[in-house]
Amino acid sequence: MKQLIQKLTETFSPSGFETVIREVIRKEIKPLTDEIRVDALGNLIARKGSKAKGGLKIMLAGHMDEIGLMATHIDENGFIRFTGLGGIRMTTLTGGRVRFMDGTPGVISSDRLFDLTKAPTLEQCFIDVGASSRKDCPVKVGDVCGFERPFLDLGNRMVAKSMDDRIGCAVMIETLRTLKTSPHELYFVFTTQEEVGLRGATTSAFGVDPDLGLSIDVTATGDTPKGSKMEVALGKGPAIKVKDGGMLADPRIVNWMIRTAEKAKIPYQREVLEGGTTDARAIQVARSGVPAGCLSVPTRYVHNPSEMVDTGDIQNSIKLLVALLSSPVDL
Amino acid sequence: MTDITPFLKDLLTAPGLSGYEDPAAEIITAKWTPLVHEISRGRLGSLHGLRRGAGASPRPSIMVATHMDAIGLMVTGIADGFLRFTQVGGVDPRVLPGALVTVYATGVGKPQPIPGVVVQPQSQLLPPEIGLNPVPLEYLFVDTGLPPRKVADLVHVGDVISFAQPPFELSGGTITGHTLDNRVSVAALTVCLEELQSRPHIWDVWAVATTQEEIGTIGATSSTFELHPTIVIALDVTHAKGPGSSDWQTSPLGKGPTLCMGPNIHPVIHKAMKDLAERLEIPYGLEYAPRHTGTDGYATQVVAEGVPTLVMGIPLRYMHTPVEVVAIKDIQRAGRLVAEFIAGLTPDFMEKITWDD
Amino acid sequence: MPTIGNAQLKLLEKLCNACAVCGDEGEVRKIVLDELKGHADDVRVDALGNVLVTRLGSGPSTPLRASRKRLKVMVSAHMDEVGFMLVADDGDGLFRFETVGGIDIRHLPGKAVLVGKDHLPGVIGVRPIHLTTTEERKQKIPLDALRIDIGPDSGKVKPGDRATFATRFQRNGPVLIAKALDDRFGVVILLELFKNAPANIDLQAAFTVQEEIGLRGAKVAAYAFNPDLAVVVDATPANDLPGWDGEENTSFNTKLGLGPAIYIADNDSFSDPRLVRHLSEIAQADGIPFQFRQPGSGGTDAGSIHMARSGIPSVSVSVPHRYSHTAASIARLDDWKNTLVLLHAALKRLNPEFLTSDRA
Repeated sequence: MKQLIQKLTETFSPSGFETVIREVIRKEIKPLTDEIRVDALGNLIARKGSKAKGGLKIMLAGHMDEIGLMATHIDENGFIRFTGLGGIRMTTLTGGRVRFMDGTPGVISSDRLFDLTKAPTLEQCFIDVGASSRKDCPVKVGDVCGFERPFLDLGNRMVAKSMDDRIGCAVMIETLRTLKTSPHELYFVFTTQEEVGLRGATTSAFGVDPDLGLSIDVTATGDTPKGSKMEVALGKGPAIKVKDGGMLADPRIVNWMIRTAEKAKIPYQREVLEGGTTDARAIQVARSGVPAGCLSVPTRYVHNPSEMVDTGDIQNSIKLLVALLSSPVDL
Repeated sequence: MTDITPFLKDLLTAPGLSGYEDPAAEIITAKWTPLVHEISRGRLGSLHGLRRGAGASPRPSIMVATHMDAIGLMVTGIADGFLRFTQVGGVDPRVLPGALVTVYATGVGKPQPIPGVVVQPQSQLLPPEIGLNPVPLEYLFVDTGLPPRKVADLVHVGDVISFAQPPFELSGGTITGHTLDNRVSVAALTVCLEELQSRPHIWDVWAVATTQEEIGTIGATSSTFELHPTIVIALDVTHAKGPGSSDWQTSPLGKGPTLCMGPNIHPVIHKAMKDLAERLEIPYGLEYAPRHTGTDGYATQVVAEGVPTLVMGIPLRYMHTPVEVVAIKDIQRAGRLVAEFIAGLTPDFMEKITWDD
Repeated sequence: MPTIGNAQLKLLEKLCNACAVCGDEGEVRKIVLDELKGHADDVRVDALGNVLVTRLGSGPSTPLRASRKRLKVMVSAHMDEVGFMLVADDGDGLFRFETVGGIDIRHLPGKAVLVGKDHLPGVIGVRPIHLTTTEERKQKIPLDALRIDIGPDSGKVKPGDRATFATRFQRNGPVLIAKALDDRFGVVILLELFKNAPANIDLQAAFTVQEEIGLRGAKVAAYAFNPDLAVVVDATPANDLPGWDGEENTSFNTKLGLGPAIYIADNDSFSDPRLVRHLSEIAQADGIPFQFRQPGSGGTDAGSIHMARSGIPSVSVSVPHRYSHTAASIARLDDWKNTLVLLHAALKRLNPEFLTSDRA
């Protein structure tokens, strides 16, 4: 499992440019699924099984894209100005390293800051790839890069960039591997462009037209020093989302998830997240509406190049998702 | 016209936060069942009541959307028996200190109502920068008075909290309470359905009590897609003139519902409704929405291939507080006007909805 | 062959001088419907006022995945412009107003406007300089302090009426000065493309409404058309002025004179990379000047269109213009011409195999 997480998190695929991660994931799931297609926005849609008696068409969504940067201008000296793809935290930029899709590495720095106590704005930053002029710079306007950090295995914890949401993708892939039987027609959808507005989930949910939707994404925690007041913590199990900044999980789904976890004796937490949302919001409003919820992986330092998860939480997330999909759904 | 006040008071006493509308849906279902031919719940919980028209099949249909959800609070944490909370829908934290609430605790299974009060800690217990300014929501608590161990057993993160201000009548035929936004419109739609009992109509009528309007017009979007109506009327509340609210966005209380104009509204349908109000001598006001209306109508207009939409408002003071105020006459006027509009819809009405500029 | 001659110039002039604020696009809609007479196989005006027209292709259809014929290509441009709505009558010919669409209110003082269907003239005046203090002149004048003054006899004007800047279209050699080049450029280009639609595709043209207040018309138009792919024609800012400190301007967005601006990404959508390649390769092959619009900010109808139903591969191409959303925009004739030429060539060279590969 850890090898898979390392492979997924160390891949570069910022929002809108998910081709590489899509192929990595496709390779993993091809032997485990019945049918795979790619839609107009690049979503990877994999079907497993068909509806048996008491079964539903269930869509699971984990997003393949990560936050990143896109070059907007190469100046005469070869420095690269950029814009953000998704929610970039200004405090994580300066001194950070990036890697463009063609492998070119770079360093982020900023204009001279007259107030060193404040983080620079996006417009004040630039990437230096070691070029000396616009002509010899390998990067063009429109090229994209992701933040570069190696995966760290700390035993009971793991650290990487893009745990959001490669960890969700990993949970889905491991669930596919572990799931023995299911009465449901399952759609494992690895979505694109979540970080810039849940765009992939919007179109894939319309296309799949499910009876029920579940996103698998990260959520924040309240267990760091002088952190936000949130009850979710690492090591206490997967979080069952009740509400986030963009949606209310369908209470029937929340109750189904809680009952299933209690029956299977899997630790879990109830989650209310004050800022941020997931693909479930987009699935919920597809067509005539879809009862939707989210299985959240507690994660420290979200949208920071060193996001941290708990190994036990991942194992329990997989266990819970397998338990949810193995039996008929009683809403 | 029957007195709508008892039904309205009943509805205003029930909880039914966005996403958790079942208690309100039950009351409305009981009231609407004798007034419609079919009643059902949409996939996201909206209540769909169908009155079939008399016209030849396939009949066009008109959907009247009134949202039944309430704004409120939700438990985010428990500290020494005190409940931390977040808002569900737009709540001005300044109306919270001292507000009576009900916590729907799920610790022992089915939600159990527990009375509580929203409390503002003493200054010594707050960051000094706040001083005597309004206390931000994140520092307020709900206190049930129960000992911490009992609270830990009873209450869970995610439990919903509703306002507990009971409704009552003020002078001059006005009523006050929480969630008049938008249960007065549900009441108006009920008046409309009652009127239609004795008025034949050609079009099908979908009376829809939508869910989750307050957090993103979720119910309206999905119900419109499912029911595929020909026209939508979104009936909501609008700002009435009152203390601190006298600008162009406000309309007089008790002088009739408002008919909204702007990009969100089909101008020909607006004109048809306005002409009807004139003919029937039902008082009305005009409301201007340059960009959006902040109602279910904003969502319904752009579902699928687009649906011609009309937005009508019932003037209301002190929106999104536990003491909203509405004139009961305006509820009846809105209900009657919509009923007359429906009764007057001819089979060829849509051919007249052209953009002949 | 599509061209820019006197007829097209007169048409652009008529379009720019027309007043069509979001939600009230009737004047432009009428011009569009008149121009399209006899050219379309199907004409519809939908629930929001979009004009949806189709012109079927002809000639042999090529099988695509065994079940497809000609590509259904949607092209769109928006008819609405940013402007104002009168919201209250203060008496004496003075009206409170709100902006509709994104307008920097620092552009309002001292401007002439046209009000309502009859284009009644009005002005947005301000307190004379003689009666102001130095401190006061440093402050922005808030919207609620401004009024549209139509003169003391206000009989015909009422709240609810829309108003636009009063700028009249001017051409001076290669230069165009007008209001609402965003997006009358798109409208006039779309009309010309439609009249010269190539035979290899079924062309669906959407003249949309309410783009400026949330890409709303395009959302329902794309749902109705359900095309195979979409090309959006808009007008985009050229912020190619010199910076205050003499340093290189790194955020110019586009530049006048460099030709049509192809979008890689903006705030609301990523262009389908296959379409971006198709356009840039054709421009290079045919020697048509073009530029890539700087990614990041702004949005076009593609923001709505690409998310319709199960998703629609889309791209935006815009004519660069300075001073967008103000009383007077400035643009170059050549940029308009090259945009039209590029789009016509790109449509003509689409083949049904175009979308067989996965998006990449």
